[in-house]
Amino acid sequence: MLVYLRQRIISSLLPLVVVVVGVFALARLTGNPASLYLPLNATEQMRADFMAREGLDQPLLVQMADYFGGVLRLDFGESLRTGEPAAAMALRAFPATLQLAATTMVIAIVAAVLVGCWAALKPNGVADRISSFVSMAAASIPDFWLAIVGIWIFAITLGWLPTSGVSGPEAWILPIATLMLRPFGVLVQIVRGAMVSALSEPYIKLARSKGASDARVVTHHALRNAAAPALTVAGDLAVGLVNGAVVVETIFGWPGIGKLMIDSILQRDFAVLQAAVLITAIAIFILNILIDIGYALLDARVRPTVKA
Amino acid sequence: MATPLLQPEGHQHSEIDRSGTAATHTPDARPLEAPPVQDLGDKKLSLFRLLLRDKFATLAALVLMFVGLVAVFGPMLVGDLATRQDLLAANKPPFSLDDGWGYVLGSDSLGRSMLGRLVVATRTTISVALPAVGIALVIGSLWGVWAGYHRGLRETISMRIADVIMSFPSLLLAVVVLYVFNPSLGNIVLILAITRIPIYLRTARAESAELQSRTFVDAARTFGSKPTAIIGRHVIPIVLPTLLTLATLEFCYVMLAESSLSFLGIGIQSPDVSWGLMVSQGRQYLQTAWWLSILPGLAIVVTTIAANILAAWLRIATDPAQRWRLSLPRKRGGRRFGTALKGATK
Repeated sequence: MLVYLRQRIISSLLPLVVVVVGVFALARLTGNPASLYLPLNATEQMRADFMAREGLDQPLLVQMADYFGGVLRLDFGESLRTGEPAAAMALRAFPATLQLAATTMVIAIVAAVLVGCWAALKPNGVADRISSFVSMAAASIPDFWLAIVGIWIFAITLGWLPTSGVSGPEAWILPIATLMLRPFGVLVQIVRGAMVSALSEPYIKLARSKGASDARVVTHHALRNAAAPALTVAGDLAVGLVNGAVVVETIFGWPGIGKLMIDSILQRDFAVLQAAVLITAIAIFILNILIDIGYALLDARVRPTVKA
Repeated sequence: MATPLLQPEGHQHSEIDRSGTAATHTPDARPLEAPPVQDLGDKKLSLFRLLLRDKFATLAALVLMFVGLVAVFGPMLVGDLATRQDLLAANKPPFSLDDGWGYVLGSDSLGRSMLGRLVVATRTTISVALPAVGIALVIGSLWGVWAGYHRGLRETISMRIADVIMSFPSLLLAVVVLYVFNPSLGNIVLILAITRIPIYLRTARAESAELQSRTFVDAARTFGSKPTAIIGRHVIPIVLPTLLTLATLEFCYVMLAESSLSFLGIGIQSPDVSWGLMVSQGRQYLQTAWWLSILPGLAIVVTTIAANILAAWLRIATDPAQRWRLSLPRKRGGRRFGTALKGATK
């Protein structure tokens, strides 16, 4: 188990390192970083001051060492807008995104398992139609447009829900519904496919013939084995969820990390953007490790094959 | 989007039959519906006939053709309709012919014709999506086929690179890159292409790794063909249908990605116009003029749904082991677009 875990950590660490190096390289590619950090209308004096203060007049190697030292201490410099440490801003925004994403995922997984199982039990039934329709919609409808249609119908025309903010429980409905679309559409197809193949296995026949109830066959025998394929796509879904969160948070004024990123871009606050991007990358890294652990716990066959 | 593509076992059999390089039928080879001597022109014709049999796929193909025609010829037809401002005629509601056909879809906050702007935006949207898909398809496929054919270190390194790109949210990558470099059309195409290369890389690699151990490739190798010749003549023709199907699906993804970027303000920049940007610009008028956001979004949805349906159909139609599904007599009302999806998940 430990060998397996170590292997997974090393292979997941690579993207993280690439991101850290990549951001540094990108920031230097444009030539003068001052043009990246400062607003477009900054004066010559401001630029010179900035260069001296941030140590940008030093040799590149010194800068690189400074940069990596800073990353390790989560020190990305200060925000140009507020003067606050960039990492503090990113960390403050992070829980809002995490709450939103976690709630969405829990609802999406529960709904996908329910609809997926139902669809697998009765191919071509109502649930099967729902699942193929939602999957098609999830792959075709832009999430930002769905959010806008939702605001138009439920917030403006009907006046039932707020257009933005985090005021009360009803403020969660539209963001979650929008963010859920894609993961639900993917998951429901995966669950359905895995359940259909699991239900045709001999051990299901055995379970049925020894008198297990339909419910028990589905929950205890089939679903256990259908869970592994669903977990494999979980990592991809989490990555996709970040994309969705950027859009959803921008539209609904959700004070999360996605909105922070877009705001930093529009106001050219590179330090904050950098901190937000790296914290997201770290979060994805941790999540991937958790998924790998869950996968190994779920499927004993994974462990020996990886070790070999 | 994440539904795994089928292994097109059938292709390989038909390919072997046609080229006649090796009579190596695997025991499970099913009898093909078409005689093995069938030539390529005939195959295309039957594909076209198959398309006509499927109402939804035909409709999807027609929609895509229409979008393509609008993108090519539309901007010439609408002339300056998309840029002519008339503040007195601002925010005219759609579906009224009072101001002539040019304003049948209403006008925006500056009195510009929605129809004209939608047509011009079609060209921008397509001219980002098509090159991005094309570049990713060519680079990713060639790279993947090469890596899969040679196996070993080349394969490992290629897959690692793909993993690294895939494990990072594509939108974030685009956000950082478009922040550092200016969001010009070329940069958007480039970043979208780079983030999507791994998809083709992975698929092409898997297929080609499986193919390179086949007997007909072995035979070609024994005759002394060079790797590039084998890849070009024996591997790529077999992998191509799968990759083209994937590309159709990717067209949706890239279009949605470009729209998202434009919507967030880091994609296409005004005065250029794309569907995503139009949705974003109309957002602040949602209360008074819903059509400014809703109509361009609808254009995105219709196009992506059409591409999705066509991709699902292509996936079955280019796979001889699955194609019989399409030639079954139709049940009354029983066949929705779901057929294609269901076939894909089996």
